[in-house]
Amino acid sequence: MSSLARPAVAPEALLAVHDIEVIYDDAILAVAGVSLNVNKGAIVALLGANGAGKSTTLKAISGLVTADRARVSRGSIHFLGKDTAGVAPNQLARQGIVHVLEGRHVFSQLTVEENLRSGGFLRRLGRRELERDLERIYAWFPRLKTKRKTQAGLTSGGEQQMLAIGRALMTRPTLVLLDEPSMGLAPIIVEEIFEIVADLNRRESVSFLVAEQNINVALRHAHQGYVLDTGRIVLSGTAQELLQHGGLHEYYLGGKAGEAVPATRAE
Amino acid sequence: MIFFLETLIGGLLAGTMYSLVAIGFVLIFKASGVFNFAQGAMLLFSALTFVSLQEHGIPFLQSLLLTVVVIVIGAVAIERAVLRPLMNRSQITLFMATLGLSFILEGLAQGLMGAEVRALDLGIEDTPLMLGEVMVSQFDLVAASTAAVLVTVLALLFNKTHIGISLRAVADDTRAALSIGINLNRIWQIVWAVAGCAGLVAGLLWGARQGVQFSLSLVVLKALPVLIIGGFTSIGGAIVGGLIVGAAENLAEVYVGPSIGGGITPWFAYFLALVFLHVRPAGLFGERAIERV
Ligand SMILES: Nc1ncnc2c1ncn2[C@@H]1O[C@H](COP(=O)(O)OP(=O)(O)OP(=O)(O)O)[C@@H](O)[C@H]1O
Ligand SMILES: [Mg+2]
Repeated sequence: MSSLARPAVAPEALLAVHDIEVIYDDAILAVAGVSLNVNKGAIVALLGANGAGKSTTLKAISGLVTADRARVSRGSIHFLGKDTAGVAPNQLARQGIVHVLEGRHVFSQLTVEENLRSGGFLRRLGRRELERDLERIYAWFPRLKTKRKTQAGLTSGGEQQMLAIGRALMTRPTLVLLDEPSMGLAPIIVEEIFEIVADLNRRESVSFLVAEQNINVALRHAHQGYVLDTGRIVLSGTAQELLQHGGLHEYYLGGKAGEAVPATRAE
Repeated sequence: MIFFLETLIGGLLAGTMYSLVAIGFVLIFKASGVFNFAQGAMLLFSALTFVSLQEHGIPFLQSLLLTVVVIVIGAVAIERAVLRPLMNRSQITLFMATLGLSFILEGLAQGLMGAEVRALDLGIEDTPLMLGEVMVSQFDLVAASTAAVLVTVLALLFNKTHIGISLRAVADDTRAALSIGINLNRIWQIVWAVAGCAGLVAGLLWGARQGVQFSLSLVVLKALPVLIIGGFTSIGGAIVGGLIVGAAENLAEVYVGPSIGGGITPWFAYFLALVFLHVRPAGLFGERAIERV
């Protein structure tokens, strides 16, 4: 995957990650040469087993690596054609990248509505606009409205995941980095969440890069997919191709790394 | 009975003076997890700044405003020069940094503005006042009301404003706050400035009581037991902790002191704090993680 030539950034490319390497504590190499693209209006799945480097890749894109004492030591990330190296996370959020962290990370002491509001501060909205955006989120996640005054830490896992997504949407993102939304949730809730993601993508043309271990549900809703194994992309293609690819599940057992033949190259 | 009430009320009111100091700690600890040893030095620095301005003939209100400006500039400088470079370091590193900061601030304050004891007159009579049959100190009443106003203002700030919700968001989950574009550095600057202003209020009241001098920075030592009792993360806890310490100190001094030779006040608060550490290590209002049952 680590082609040396710089990829030509297609005009419709929203995000272009080129051959990045990420190191924690100047010692642990977590991602070693990942390249991937997200086109405007796409849902892209980033698949892989525990420790494959999915979360690290997302953190590199959102700039949150620095909060975990890690850094991108090689390669480049372009968002809307601009290099994001050295740009602070809050600036990236302002430019339209929002990261929904693994494990949801709602503000547990704040109410559901305060959580949502906090997502809107970035844009310094007036009261009226903020209320309108809140209603928009409640329309997507009606369940959150009934719990608006509840402390977020007291809501269910599914509600917290919806809240984390809703809070992220309050920033009016172009690209949402969604890290393992299915984690610890019942299949029916997972399905509901992915339906909403797909709907958001269709109706509001928000793009998504979704890290998942749940291959099936992710690929059923994604357009494109990449498979990560020990810090490297070992397979990529359209969701169709990947679903049909017999060996996909093998990567989750860690058996086939290295001898992989990409289904097709995404670029 | 009236004597008991007087002792109790006197203690409670005096306790709010401790609470005022403790609040500054709580603000910074909540938002950045740093135990700010320099809170006392900040308190001394701001009180000295205020007194020096007054000595130059600048009227009360203008002096106050100028001091606040100095505090805000100081908070921004501290965030840039101390906190930002040490971000993601261990708690003990940050604590050591604030320890260093406290000596720098104390040195600066005394170097720039002199080390002699300065009188500070806030125009509050320290004459006793009769409430029914109970005699209370007027100064203590003013201090208690000031604490009440400060807490109300902070509560409004935290619950009603964007900045306040952002502050609580950062205190709750720093990474998540970063992920939605909250500017952590800005938040720290604001928190240190607010803690500095709380320190100014405390510094002025303590300064008016015992003179503005180096020993003012030692009132932090009075805040420690308050924090242990009330919890490091709750403003309400700082208030209740202060009240408990104040009342207990006064009552112990009067009722227990004579039988063990007096001089209880300097250590009784610490004794109480130790007891609390055994019974409730997180303090009365220490934050427990919310968990669903
Ligand atoms: N904060 C950290 N400090 C040090 N190493 C880390 C840290 N976070 C992740 N790593 C290491 O980086 C590698 C990739 O981890 P990452 O969290 O990106 O994997 P993942 O694909 O998201 O896994 P999971 O499915 O379990 O979430 C792992 O080997 C892990 O040990
Ligand atoms: Mg992960």
